[in-house]
Amino acid sequence: MTVRVGHAAEAAKFPIIANTLVDDSQIRKNVRHATDVIQNKRANVVAEQRDWQELRLSASKIKEHTLKYLDRYLEQFETACTRAGGQVHWATDADEANKIILELMQSAMAKHGWAREVIKVKTMTSDEINLNAALEAAGIRPHETDLADMIIQLGDDKPSHIVVPALHKNRTQVREIFSRKMDLPELGDKPQDLTDAARHYLREKFLNVKVGFSGANFLVAETGSVCVVESEGNGRMCLTMPEMLITVAGIEKIIPAAQDLEVFLQLLPRSATGERMNPYNTIWTGVHEGDGPREFHVVLLDNGRTNILADKESRQTLHCIRCGACLNACPVYSRTGGHAYGSIYAGPIGAILTPQLQSMKHSQSLPYASSLCGACYEVCPVRINIPDVLLHLRSKVVERQQDMLAGGANFEGLAMKMAAFAFARPTIYRWGQKFARVAQRLLVRKGYIRWLPGMLGGWTAVRDLKALPQEPFREWWAKREVEKTKAATSV
Amino acid sequence: MMVILSWVDRRGVLVLRVSLFITCYNDTLFPKTGQSVVRVLERLGHTVEFPPEQTCCGQMHFNTGYQREALPLMQRMVEIFADAEVVVAPSSSCVALIRDQYLKLAETSGDTVLIKAVKNFVPKVYEFSELLVKKLGVEDVGAYYPHRVTYHASCHLLRGLHAVDIQMRLLRNVRAIELVALEDVEVCCGFGGTFAVKNPDVSAAMLSDKMRAVLNTRAEVCTAGDNSCLMHIEGGLHRLRTGVRTVHLAEILASTEGAEV
Repeated sequence: MTVRVGHAAEAAKFPIIANTLVDDSQIRKNVRHATDVIQNKRANVVAEQRDWQELRLSASKIKEHTLKYLDRYLEQFETACTRAGGQVHWATDADEANKIILELMQSAMAKHGWAREVIKVKTMTSDEINLNAALEAAGIRPHETDLADMIIQLGDDKPSHIVVPALHKNRTQVREIFSRKMDLPELGDKPQDLTDAARHYLREKFLNVKVGFSGANFLVAETGSVCVVESEGNGRMCLTMPEMLITVAGIEKIIPAAQDLEVFLQLLPRSATGERMNPYNTIWTGVHEGDGPREFHVVLLDNGRTNILADKESRQTLHCIRCGACLNACPVYSRTGGHAYGSIYAGPIGAILTPQLQSMKHSQSLPYASSLCGACYEVCPVRINIPDVLLHLRSKVVERQQDMLAGGANFEGLAMKMAAFAFARPTIYRWGQKFARVAQRLLVRKGYIRWLPGMLGGWTAVRDLKALPQEPFREWWAKREVEKTKAATSV
Repeated sequence: MMVILSWVDRRGVLVLRVSLFITCYNDTLFPKTGQSVVRVLERLGHTVEFPPEQTCCGQMHFNTGYQREALPLMQRMVEIFADAEVVVAPSSSCVALIRDQYLKLAETSGDTVLIKAVKNFVPKVYEFSELLVKKLGVEDVGAYYPHRVTYHASCHLLRGLHAVDIQMRLLRNVRAIELVALEDVEVCCGFGGTFAVKNPDVSAAMLSDKMRAVLNTRAEVCTAGDNSCLMHIEGGLHRLRTGVRTVHLAEILASTEGAEV
């Protein structure tokens, strides 16, 4: 099985990539600006929704229920979609999904003599399975039509955000990419100039390319319908203009009934882009003669999701509707941008999703890429307790290390064991306090420690540490008790 | 041993027997905070006791992934405070761990006696300002603190205990204090326990923004309900010789005219 989310078999460690990114003033400024703007918009439209907390609760309950009966709902979806003229395919992992998609495209292209090109709606899942590389290897040209995805594709870049994948680029940088790739040396950098260029470039594709490709925001089990929401209308073009449409969707995208959209279509746009409603909400069911694509396929993707489902502590990860609110709210993400996470899924949700989908080995620094401040949980529209899941994953990282080393020498593990030993024995703990007080004399200058060795050096790199006081609280208390007793007896 | 219990005095005022859980880092690094908690509670007429066998609640272990190691520390906590009526700790992150994680941790052990003990223990635990305002109904503790002060909302206090409002009420009732609002008060300072050493660069980037906000207030003191955040913020402020000091909320509340902590 090839489960794939990240860029490589083993991602570079988060602190190491972050080290370079926090120093990039252009990225810091772009990410900060973009997340601030979206956060403020979100805060305004959430504040006006008086039943926001109830909506969050409903969404979380619907997701919980659906995951409990996922097998049933998936089969119900398959039956309904097939009845409406669609075809459903099942893929256990990324490679299988790509194989199915390629075979479908290749046979249709050969049969109808279509050009070997495909227009794509923004889809994270296709990035997850690395579809574009598979298409290119087979001689099929994918065209990203979402403006931001197009910027990423033309700039040979990687997405840094789930919803606004090019937020680390500003418009001067976008102008440079467009002007180079579209051969427009005179292009200006005003929003109007850039969208005009994109429109001309894309319109030609919409009119000529015969195969469309999309992800899904929701799959409705009851009706076999697929729902995609977007802001530009380019998605609507891809979903309606081509002869053939293929959709790939993670199995967790299922909701029981169309009525459930009432909850999610209120939560998603407010959380994602700070809009009351998405400008384009496309819901389609199977195929219809003379209206839209004549051939429609859905590829249902597992790619590690059933493993998450099996873990009751972290199952809630699958509630995610990919709104990106946790990224915008995260103080870590806003300092590093998305590339530090070594995966197409960045930010707090990426920190819990990537290691679970791919493997703990791939990204064991990710569960630690959080100060556990809880801002992500606070904004999550489906109430994923991300800090709790991070803690659960941290314990799995440690268990894995302890199993590998079988109690051997890992500095952190050893220090933690020693601390636990001392904390369980007050006498040793007290001696530890005394020892530290004596030992610190080597390091203290004018009441502060300015340098610490090894891992602790991370602290003194930018901070001083106040010297330990001569008398811990417990010694002060003990003295006071003695004095009190003395005073009582002398009376 | 004579056990003192809570009682109602002649004026009909509840006199509480409070067991202090000082927390390991306040014990070792910030004894003044513990002394201030004692001073405030005794000033209000309550009795404080300090079980000397106490050490650590297990937060550092639990939050770094060492849950196996945290379990026996939790076991000790519930045993040591088994007879306590009310437990107070001047640390919201320790209280949040107890409130949000202890029962789950106990359940992993499958030990029904422990689960029962934890269920009995958890509701007795209060963060210091919660004890004052929620349990004792006191918002003015008679403090006097003639300084320009800005307040940082610790994440666990804000999102774990929802007690920032309580702390602000206590601060507003301090005489002679000049409170200045902190910009982005609800944004994490970047401490995050072992996060500060595991991700030192990101932690520093978060700290620099927090320090900028603190300096913009032109306050001489930055306060909060948690010394862990303050240790981090002060570490940065002192490195740059900003001349701003950090003081735990309890120390402000303990200060009176002529007797500043």
